[in-house]
Amino acid sequence: MSAMIHPELTDRARAARSLAMQGSSRTRGAKRMMAAMLVPFALAGCITVNAPEEPIVIELNVNIRQEVIYRLAQDAGNTIEENADIF
Amino acid sequence: MGDVMTKRIFRAVLTGAALATALGGLATPAFAQRDPAYAAARSSGQVGEKMDGYLGIVGASTPDLQRLVNDINIKRRAVYAERAKATNATLEEYALTAGCQAILATTAGEKYQAPDGSWQTRGAGAPLRDSRCP
Repeated sequence: MSAMIHPELTDRARAARSLAMQGSSRTRGAKRMMAAMLVPFALAGCITVNAPEEPIVIELNVNIRQEVIYRLAQDAGNTIEENADIF
Repeated sequence: MGDVMTKRIFRAVLTGAALATALGGLATPAFAQRDPAYAAARSSGQVGEKMDGYLGIVGASTPDLQRLVNDINIKRRAVYAERAKATNATLEEYALTAGCQAILATTAGEKYQAPDGSWQTRGAGAPLRDSRCP
């Protein structure tokens, strides 16, 4: 809060000389927030690589989209029923 | 929706026709059933449903088993091709969808291929299927 006091108004205290000292409380707050936000990143400086939990899945025909499969599902189900000898 | 309705009517007519023939003394099933050799290979786990919509050999292959699987897969491919054309889809798209449904239709004890490529035995629960399966 003292930073809000204009250098000229600080009677016995030393005048704010450095830019940081003269900086508005707003920018200082922002700087503090930035620093606070960076702390977790600093703490998590070590990158740990863990094996995935789920089994690795081989995507068959990755270019086939789910919506296409959904569209064909009913018809494919009927086809299986109607060709019971080969399914 | 109209297509589904037409299909329902068509199937109802077919069922009616089947009933009529059965009543008429001709014991021809409405839809042909599995060949005994195929049924036996399925229930013994020698063959299983693959993700791609075709039948696969699970354990050691024999010429007889290979012939049986090839024969069924050729027939399946023909059906897929016909339906893919009718539904304006590609053969692979239709076959993969049929694979989803065929794996879902397996009964306990039968083999199917899981998304990781491994052969699984169908249990009481839902089978492990491709994440895109409906």
